[in-house]
Amino acid sequence: MGKEYTKIKELTGPLMLIENVTDVAFEELVEIELPDGQRRRGRVLEVTSDAALVQLFERATELGMRNLKVKFLGKGIQLGVSEDIVGRIFDGWGRPRDGGADIIPEKRLDIGGKPINPDARAYPEEFIQTGISAIDGLNTLSRGQKLPIFSGAGLPHTQVAAQIARQAKVLGKEEEFAVVFAAMGITFEEGNFFVQDFEKSGAIERAVLFLNLADDPVIERIATPRMALTCAEYLAFEKGMHILVILIDMTNYAEALRELSAARREVPGRRGYPGYLYTDLATIYERAGRIKGKKGSITLIPILTMPDDDKTHPIPDLTGYITEGQIILQRDLHQKGIYPPINVLPSLSRLMDEAVGKGKTREDHRELSNQLYATYARGIEVRELALVMGEATLSDMDRRYLKFADEFERRFVKQGEREERSVEETLDLGWELLSLMPKSELKRVREEYISKYGRWKEKVKV
Amino acid sequence: MKKGEIVKISGPLVVARGIPGARMFDVVRVGKERLIGEILEIRSDLSSIQVYEDTSGLKPGEPVESLYYPLSVELAPGLLGNIYDGIQRPLDIIRAKEGEFITRGVEVEAIDRTKEWDFKPEVKEGDIIEEGDILGTVQETEIIEHRILVPVGVKGKVKKIHSGKAKVEDVIAVVETDREGEKEIRMLQRWPVRKMRPYREQLESEEPLITGQRVIDTFFPIAKGGTACIPGPFGSGKTVIQHQLSKWADAEIIVFVGCGERGNEMTDVLREFPQLKDPRTGKPLMQRTILIANTSNMPVAAREASIYTGITLAEYYRDMGYNVALMADSTSRWAEALREMSGRLEEMPGEEGYPAYLPSRLAEFYERAGRVITLGKDKRVASISAIGAVSPPGGDLSEPVTQATLRTVRVFWALVAELAYQRHFPAIHWLRSYSLYLDDLKNYFTKKIAPDWMELREKAMALLQKEDELQETVRLVGIDVLSPRDRIALEAARSIREDFLQQFAFHEVDTYSPLKKQYLMLRLVLDYYDLCIEALKKGTSLERLINLPVREEIARAKYIPNEQAEERIEKLREKLKEQIMGKGEEKTQEKQEVKI
Repeated sequence: MGKEYTKIKELTGPLMLIENVTDVAFEELVEIELPDGQRRRGRVLEVTSDAALVQLFERATELGMRNLKVKFLGKGIQLGVSEDIVGRIFDGWGRPRDGGADIIPEKRLDIGGKPINPDARAYPEEFIQTGISAIDGLNTLSRGQKLPIFSGAGLPHTQVAAQIARQAKVLGKEEEFAVVFAAMGITFEEGNFFVQDFEKSGAIERAVLFLNLADDPVIERIATPRMALTCAEYLAFEKGMHILVILIDMTNYAEALRELSAARREVPGRRGYPGYLYTDLATIYERAGRIKGKKGSITLIPILTMPDDDKTHPIPDLTGYITEGQIILQRDLHQKGIYPPINVLPSLSRLMDEAVGKGKTREDHRELSNQLYATYARGIEVRELALVMGEATLSDMDRRYLKFADEFERRFVKQGEREERSVEETLDLGWELLSLMPKSELKRVREEYISKYGRWKEKVKV
Repeated sequence: MKKGEIVKISGPLVVARGIPGARMFDVVRVGKERLIGEILEIRSDLSSIQVYEDTSGLKPGEPVESLYYPLSVELAPGLLGNIYDGIQRPLDIIRAKEGEFITRGVEVEAIDRTKEWDFKPEVKEGDIIEEGDILGTVQETEIIEHRILVPVGVKGKVKKIHSGKAKVEDVIAVVETDREGEKEIRMLQRWPVRKMRPYREQLESEEPLITGQRVIDTFFPIAKGGTACIPGPFGSGKTVIQHQLSKWADAEIIVFVGCGERGNEMTDVLREFPQLKDPRTGKPLMQRTILIANTSNMPVAAREASIYTGITLAEYYRDMGYNVALMADSTSRWAEALREMSGRLEEMPGEEGYPAYLPSRLAEFYERAGRVITLGKDKRVASISAIGAVSPPGGDLSEPVTQATLRTVRVFWALVAELAYQRHFPAIHWLRSYSLYLDDLKNYFTKKIAPDWMELREKAMALLQKEDELQETVRLVGIDVLSPRDRIALEAARSIREDFLQQFAFHEVDTYSPLKKQYLMLRLVLDYYDLCIEALKKGTSLERLINLPVREEIARAKYIPNEQAEERIEKLREKLKEQIMGKGEEKTQEKQEVKI
């Protein structure tokens, strides 16, 4: 450590080729000193016997071939952690942004992390009540799950994420938990919304924020989510806390990765994104989970804006293959004034079967959710049919389905930004809506539940 | 020994200079931490190495040592019930040794060397033996007898044979060979993963791999020794189907390769399989299962190897005479690993950046499946059925991995997102899927289950096809224009879809349907159609036929416990006839009251 180099061979975009180096390690951290004393950081991307290719995390402005001092620091990118980290705001590189003092680290951790041994994982099965019916009722979130929100530009995903962060709780338990929030390339306003929301609700006391805003260095974004997850791993698996990690916006992250890949002249995959985008995203998302014998957990909610609301775009597509489901926000629901505009049909939670049922939420949860889902799906089909042929052509039964779909959106999906519904309230509301349909149409719930939880009788009497 | 040294590091690709006697595909140990790698390319003095572990922190100048053998797996009793990473390192031992996170350069043995097995010889001294003969057996788990075979290439007279307790590295037999003198044989054997294990002869397929999944067994069956692929967008239920198959398929051995998939899915398997009972023996499923887990965040190069590790283990059990089923989830991730390495090697890319040799590699893999007569004098018949999941980006089936796979495999289970949205599971589309084994398996179904099996299937398919056409009409001009016959066809098709094809994997009964029950259920639904058409001719009202109360019971037939299926479905059939013939009038009225 400590040897300085001054001979730069090439500067292209965020890349820098340095010659005649010795004893440089792959992925080593690099510090570049400008003549005026400014320091920039980079990381070794490729190294040969006498040259190193360095990726800069900041702008290359003002860098020239001369008068630079390049230092290889003999370690990878690290984050200093200690318990004092909770309640603080950092920039995308882990430096305090709240005007507070630097953290005195208990230890320094490589932000790359290591894969959890699949044999050591504990399966997520603890239901988290978010207080949002469309999630709790039909697409539950579990502790240790990774459940992304697929959104679009201009949709209220920040509000939804903040609401989840505010309301998330495991029923019947008081445990230490914290929110780790990482922002990649979002606007100042969006970032500020979170900070203020956290401050207002007092949640800031138990939150750690890493903010890389739109005007911060692009390539730094590649480090930001890893900073957040390293912090989360420390708090969860060493300090036994339950951590909810929110990453926003993964689209900006992937774009930074593409920029870097293009600068390296790699063979591009779909839409110019590098072929290893899947693997790269997996090294982020798979850090969520629970570990056998450890108290803490990491629950991950990445948020991404789908370009042109297109779910088949590589970023949502690859994300969906890694995560355990997805919550999809839909533009036309938003335009109808429905908040949260969650379209439950393409949304999914893969871990729901283990999270709901007797002793966890309620015995009828699984079947009720299937029934609501199927009935709503049919209602939507009818709605489309009605668009083509006019409502007059609909049969009576179809009309009831149509009514159900409207009511479902208006009463079940829609709720206030500060409205917190318990899971019982959500389920009861579901049964109430089902009473719009004749019992014989309900094929997915057993009769036992219909008579126990159903709400038909009152209606018939009226 | 002289070693080479690293001259370049770029992600999982390391270039080393001066490895003495470097050979293609030899295993090497890279750097001070002795990471595992494999030589992929040799140019004069330089060898390109694919490293199976994370390479950060490696430096040029560090040593590289060749082990002078190709990437191999260890074969011996003790494989079953294990969970390995992509290069056959047991994850539970890594965990015991290194903690919850996977570290680098771990050297662990794939097979427990210390465990003693009770070896029962099948040959005696003086016997003439040849490759593939059974030397003796070991009870590996309660349900699987492990047969120790004469290694490939060994032929001669048994000079000594052991009996009783032995560890895997102990000599259990000495063979006097014609050419190589005396040869010691141990239970522990090695085989290079990229090389197909030999067999005597390949056979045609004639028996189905029974899975208990109605849409598969009845509509699109796969043969024992067959190949199938399941492409589908995310959220369409690929993984659930793979899990269902590994639980219920009537193969004796299951090899499940989790290739670049979610960590929690492997946890799910690990958690569930030890508790699930094998339907035939009542013992935990884990006793006949080998898991290979290389999750998406584990090193990408080992992902490329995991598929080969899996199929080699499958071949090993096939050679003992077992029917093996191999599931690979997902081959797309494997192909991506191939693409990543290819990119780093700076090869000329083919379609979408995948290397030009992608189709041939895929074909090579699936070709290792099949029904064969194994080596050995007793000519055991055994099979490997290979089922690969494909994860096409954006659900677009025209992408290279799906297309290359479709050219190779003979069964296609098309998963469709729309069906999943309607919660129609398994979301295998009845019109887009196909099985090319139908002709081969016809005999089995008609002889073993029911003579009219094929006719029923065809009839059901025809109805579904008709439904598709009728739906088109309905969409354009409304349902009222349809004739009563067509309305009944629609109703029957709906019944096929909802009451027969939909199967609930998490329901204790519905999760597995025996073939006989599948047949009875389908016949019941088709009876409804036939009887209604009859009744229409006699002037029964359409309304009444559509609202027959018994239909609700037909819908619930799938939940009838399997052992009562025959009796109760028969009764339902009687009831159906009665109600259609006109005795069900009162009940229909009752039902309409409820509706109000």
